[in-house]
Formats: sequence, C-alpha cells, structure tokens
Amino acid sequence: MSSINFLKPDRTNLNTFLYLGSFLFFISILDVFLNSFFRLNLTGFLPNFLSFLLPLILGFVGLYFIRIEYSGIKNLDLLNKHINTNNFNAVLSLLIIFIIIKSIPPILSWFVIDASFAGDTKDVCTGSGACWTYIKVWIRRFMYGMYPNAEQWRINLSFVALVLLGSVGYFATDKFKKYLTLYYVVIYPLIAFLFIFFFISGGPVFFDFSYGIIAAILSIIIGFFIPSKFKFYYFLIVPLALYIILKYFLFFEEYIELGKLDGLNWVETGAWGGLSLTFIISFFCLIFCFPIGMAFALGRRSEFPLIRYISVGFIEFWRGVPLITVLFMSAVMFPMFLPEDFFIDKLVRAIIAISLFEAAYVAEVIRGGLQALPRGQYEAAKSLGMGYWKMHIFVILPQALKLVIPGIANTFLALVKDTPLIFVVGLLEIVGMLNLAKTNPKWLGFAMEGYVFAAIIFWIICYAMSKYSYNLEQKYKTDR
Amino acid sequence: MNFKLKDIVPQLITVLAVVLVFGFFTYNAQINMENRGIDFGYGFLSQESSFDVQFSLIEYDGSHSYFRAYLVGLLNTILVSVIGIIIATILGVIVGIARLSPNYLINKFAAFYVEFFRNIPLLLQIFFWYFAALRALPLPQDAEAMFGVFFLTIKGLYVPAFIWQNFNIFFYSIIAAIIAIIVIRAHAKKVQENQGKQIPVFLISIGLIFILPLLSFLIGGVRLSFEVPVLKQLATTSFIYEGGVSLPPELIALTLSLSLYTATFIAECVRAGIQGVGKGQKEAAASIGLTPNQVLKLVIMPQALRIIIPPTTNQYLNLTKNSSLAAAIAYPDLVLVFAGTALMQTGKAIEIVSITMFTYLTLSISISILMNWYNKKIAIQEK
Repeated sequence: MSSINFLKPDRTNLNTFLYLGSFLFFISILDVFLNSFFRLNLTGFLPNFLSFLLPLILGFVGLYFIRIEYSGIKNLDLLNKHINTNNFNAVLSLLIIFIIIKSIPPILSWFVIDASFAGDTKDVCTGSGACWTYIKVWIRRFMYGMYPNAEQWRINLSFVALVLLGSVGYFATDKFKKYLTLYYVVIYPLIAFLFIFFFISGGPVFFDFSYGIIAAILSIIIGFFIPSKFKFYYFLIVPLALYIILKYFLFFEEYIELGKLDGLNWVETGAWGGLSLTFIISFFCLIFCFPIGMAFALGRRSEFPLIRYISVGFIEFWRGVPLITVLFMSAVMFPMFLPEDFFIDKLVRAIIAISLFEAAYVAEVIRGGLQALPRGQYEAAKSLGMGYWKMHIFVILPQALKLVIPGIANTFLALVKDTPLIFVVGLLEIVGMLNLAKTNPKWLGFAMEGYVFAAIIFWIICYAMSKYSYNLEQKYKTDR
Repeated sequence: MNFKLKDIVPQLITVLAVVLVFGFFTYNAQINMENRGIDFGYGFLSQESSFDVQFSLIEYDGSHSYFRAYLVGLLNTILVSVIGIIIATILGVIVGIARLSPNYLINKFAAFYVEFFRNIPLLLQIFFWYFAALRALPLPQDAEAMFGVFFLTIKGLYVPAFIWQNFNIFFYSIIAAIIAIIVIRAHAKKVQENQGKQIPVFLISIGLIFILPLLSFLIGGVRLSFEVPVLKQLATTSFIYEGGVSLPPELIALTLSLSLYTATFIAECVRAGIQGVGKGQKEAAASIGLTPNQVLKLVIMPQALRIIIPPTTNQYLNLTKNSSLAAAIAYPDLVLVFAGTALMQTGKAIEIVSITMFTYLTLSISISILMNWYNKKIAIQEK
C-alpha cells in the first residue's frame, strides 16, 4: 500500500478516508450536541476562540475526507450528493446542523419543560419557560372576545352547522351534483348569513343590510327563469325594486321585533371578538368580494369604454391605497357621507370596506385568467350563437376561474391575514384581544406567550388553506 | 354611424348610477358638515400644529405647520419603505437562490423560512417584534457594546454618527465615479461589438468606485470622524446615550418584520423566475463554451429577470402600503402623524383621509411607473 495523499481523497484508500472522515464528523457533531444539551464543553482546555470554531473545523475536514465520488456505498453517495457537494456547501450544511442542534434545547425548554400549565393564577408562572396558564385562563376571550360566556354555545353551534352544511358537496350523489353550484353560490351564503345574523347577534343589527341580501339573492334566483334577452334590464331594475318593497312595504317595525327570535339575548357587534370574529369577517368578505371582483374583472374587459374606465378607476384606486387607510375611511369619513339618521354598524362598515378592497385584487386575478384564455374560445362561443352572459357563464368563466385558482387562494389568504387590521375601527379579533389582555394589570409580562399562541393558530389556518388550494389546483388541472 | 340602443343604455345607466352615488354622498356630506359646523377646506395645512413627533428626519416641533407634520410623516414612511425594500430584496434573492440549491439542508431551511414567515399575519409579526422580542433587550445601562460602538438597548439601537468635513467633494467624487463607470461600460460594449475584445469592466468599476472617493480623502480634504454614543446618567435609575444616531425600537421592529415578511414573497418570485428559464438555455450556453459565470450573467439572469420583475414590483408596492401598519406600534409614519394625530386635532376627516389616500396612490403609481419603465427596458425587443 503506497502512501496516502491526505489532500486528495480517492477510492483506492476508501476505508481509511471513510473511517477517518466519519470519525471527525461524528466528533464535531457530538461536541455541539453535548455542549447544547448537557452544557459540557469538551474542548474547554483550548483558547476560547479555537474552542468555539473547533467543531466547524473538525466537521469540515471530516466532510472533506468522505467526499469521494462513486464510492460504491449507497448511503455515502447520497450524503455526498445532498449535503456535501463542495467545500462551500459542506460549511453551510455544518452550520445548519449546528444551528438546529443548538436551538432545540432552548425552544424545547421554553415550550414544554420549563413551562407551566397548571393553576389559574399568575403565581404558578415562576419558571423560565412559557406561561401557558395565561392562555388557559384567557382562552375564552381569545376565542370569543367579549361575547357573554353563557351565550357562546350560539357561536359554536353556528360554526358547526356551517361546517356541516358546507361539507354537503362531499356527500352529494350524482343526481344532485348539478345543483351544487347553485347551492354554494346562492343558498349556502344565505343560510350562513341568516345563521350569523339571527343566531350570533340574536337581534336586528343587520336588518337593513339583510333586506339588501335577501333582495339580491331572490332576484338572482328569479333571474334564472328570465329570458336572456331581458336579463340585463331585469338585473338593473328588479334588485333595487325588491329592496325598496322589502324595506318599506313588507317588513314593518313589528316584524323586526319578530325577527329577534324568542329567548335569545341580543349581543351587540362591539362585543364580538376573538378568533370567531376573524372567521366571521373572513367568511363574509370572502363571499362578497368574489362576485364584486368578478363583475369588475368583466367590466375591465368590456367593450363599452365608459364601463371599462369606471372599472379601471375602481380597481386601481383600491389597489393603490393601504387597507388601514380604507378602514380609517370607513371609520371616520364614511359616516359623513350618509344621511344623519342612517346608521350602519361598524362591523358591517368594516366588512364592506374589506370586501371592496379585496374585490379589486380578486378582479385583477380573474382578469389574468380571462386574458390567458385563447381568443378561439370567445369566437367559438359566439359562433354557436351565445350571447354575452351565456358565453361567459358557460364557456369563459369556468375555464378562466380554473386557471386562477392559485391566485384567488392567495388573495383569500391575504384576506385572512388582513383581518387583524380591524383594530382600526375598534373591533378586537384575536390579535386585538391579545393586546388587550397584555395590558391587564393582573397578567403583565406575558406578551410572548400570547403572540406565539396566535401565530401558531394563524399559521395552521393559512398553511392548511394554501395546501388545500394546491390540491384544488391539481384536481382541476386540465391539460390544454 | 351605427348607434345602437343596446350599446348606449348600459353605459348610460352605469354612469348615472355612479354619478348618483357620488352625488348622494356629496349632498349628505354637505348637510352633515353644515349641521356640525365644520367648514371644508385645506387652509388648516398652514396652521400651527402644536403637537410633537417622536422621530423625525427633518426639523420639527409643535410650532411648525400641519403641512410640515405631513412631510415628517411622509418622510418616515419613505424611510421605512426604502430600508425595508433594500433588506427584503437582498434577503429574498438569497433565500430564493437557496431554495434551488442542490444541498438538501439549505433547500429545506429556506423552504421552512418561507412557509413560516409567509403564513403569519404581518401585524402579528410587528407586534411580536415590538412588544415581545425587543422588550427583552437590556436597559441602556446594562447594554453591552457590539464591536465597541453599537449599543442595542430596549430604547433602540445606538450607532455612531458620521461627522463629515467637505462632504460635497466626497459626494461629487462618488457621482464622478458612477459617471465614469457608465462611460466605460458603454465603451466596453462598443469595443466588444466591433473588435470582439473584452475589457474587464467589473474590476475597473470596482476600482473606480473605491479609488475616486479615496482620492477625495487624500487630496480633496475630506475628513470623516465618528461620534460614538456615550452613556449618560439622568437620574439614579435613568440612563440614556448621548451622541451618535439613535434608531427607535419602533423603526427596528417595523423594518425587521416588513423585510422578513416581504422577503418570503420575493424569494418565491426569484425561484419562479430562475426555474422559468428553460434547461435547454443553460445547456446551449454551456455548449458554445461560455463559463458558468458567463452563463449566469449573460443567459440565465437576463431571462429570469423578465419573469422576476413584474411580481417583485408588486411586492415593493405591498411593502410600501404595509408600512402603514406602523400606526399600530406608534411609529410616526404618515398614517399615525397625519391621519391619526392631526385628524384628532382638526377633525377634518374628509380632507385628511383624502390627502393620505392620494399620497399612497401617488407613491404606488410612481413606483409602478418606475418599474414598468425598467421592465420595458429589459423586455424582449421583438422585431
């Protein structure tokens, strides 16, 4: 056996290099591991600076020795291919391994080992870890805001019912599949709205608002039976007329009293809050911003110049201003624009503001999908004698919406992440409740726990949504 | 002329509806303002503001006008946006490239970073840094110096101030260096097109940008000295640093969270852009004998940039708009100073909110015009 050239590892001395390299690598990892988990410093006899860098140097030399191409050992080749392709990558890999090993003990001890879970006062939180007792005590406030404890079953019941009703699509037989779109676009939002309006508020807060919703939904349902020739004029006139009839001729004040449902206490929207408010706002804005956005996307591509300019102006205005100023506007400027006796609840104002804001983003996303469709689709639909609405509903929109699923999902994600901003109008969802709880004199000094808790919740929601949208994208992917 | 009723009526009705809504709003606004005795007008801008602002780039106190307060807020907004954009771009490009690394650990680390910071609301991140993380920093008297001159305390970051003599000459020298680099680049391009020779432009540029300012120190009489912050005792338990530049914790928390958050989006744009360049391009470039660096510089990057720039512009716009969240942690930006304090004092809701919105619109539109211009410059010139 000839002498070994240590500067150039090769296959001829595979075993030597392998044993030496893995030993050095193992030693370096062991040193960091013992240091971080057991606070042992094996290299304490060395000067400070050298003791700090030693694992890195040892690991680097070790990885250099085992970097042998086509060694014939499967695991070694995999290791080399993935984390040890060259010197630079080896150093980065070592650094990342060290960071992970170093960060596990403090994180683990803060989250679990030194954390306190028991009890229901601040006194139990003496350790250096997190005080989950704080979350435990405040959990109802974080979930339901100032909603009375005795009434919280209403929120739970509504959400359970909405989730159950929303999952109808999974169980629908083939016979009912064709009605699903109608169900999700018209009936489900109506049911959801009534649930939240009657059940959670238990009072006529939204009543004026609800006339509009009922009028719009009724007119859409009737609209299916109107011949397409008159559809445009029908939609211009009937919803408004219905609204006026509902408001001034059908429902008198005494019906509002009836609307209160016996036995349910009225809870004003100012008391709503916490995570449930995040869900309510996200849900409503999601329902509203989609049709508005679709209308403006179509308007932006309309043949009529005036409609096009108005749509462009609308979209560019909302996209150019930050949401916080929009909410400011809804809080301080909007009441000035309404008749003096005309009062709109601040939650409704916030929902309108966020819906309009997000609608502009949805419009741009949908416009991208409309532009991506080849012109042949439009021409084919027209050559079949389809009118504008028929063409869009049966040919263009189904394809365009399929294309923009990721974009729409991103917009909805942004919507959920924007809900904390409603603190501007004085509504406190989960982040707002955290800030309130943080200033409670009995529970000072637990800001970190609260924010970590909220971050985990939001992360789970948003991550699940993005994964779901990815699945949808894969499901509806059609090769074109 | 083929006027059709069907073409005219929808437009007319839409316009009529818009006009009606606006008319209704204006009418109500007039009545409401009359009832409450508020008069409409922008005259208040020149009145004395009589409130103070914690952190300001220009000289400002209560005796200045509301317009000056507006400028203070605007400059603070721009400051946060510019710092945020720079950090987010650097971080985003690094993470985006790391996402494409063949190294499994680096790849997953970058993916973890992106998924983690992207899925948590920005406001929550700002609160976390400001109320939880930065509150854990030491008090001024306990702070340890970093590199002997930086002090990171609960009251902010204290850094040494630069004290210049003859700053003008230094500034001109930098401008001269930039102009020289542009001229040399143009010359090198011409030489390469005509004679096929390559001039080491990059080395010359680096040399110029260092040598000219250095010359200004040696010959031009430019002097630079540092003013290191010094701890000073105000009372028995109250300490502050004097001298140097202090960056308030609000600014640190805001830039940190804005850039960490936006960098995840920029990273995804960069990754998509580099992945969007076909594999064949790389192989073709290598097969005609370009070095790996040349492949990256001359083939991959120009094509990737075309895909990267439009979505990245959107992210810059988002960052600028998101900087308005400063109001939540009392960083004196445009929204807090103007739409907050000034609105409270004057009660001029319509004027102030409209000015604020108009300002953001202008900022957004100017960034998008700038980036559109750049995008057009590097886009494929089809003949």
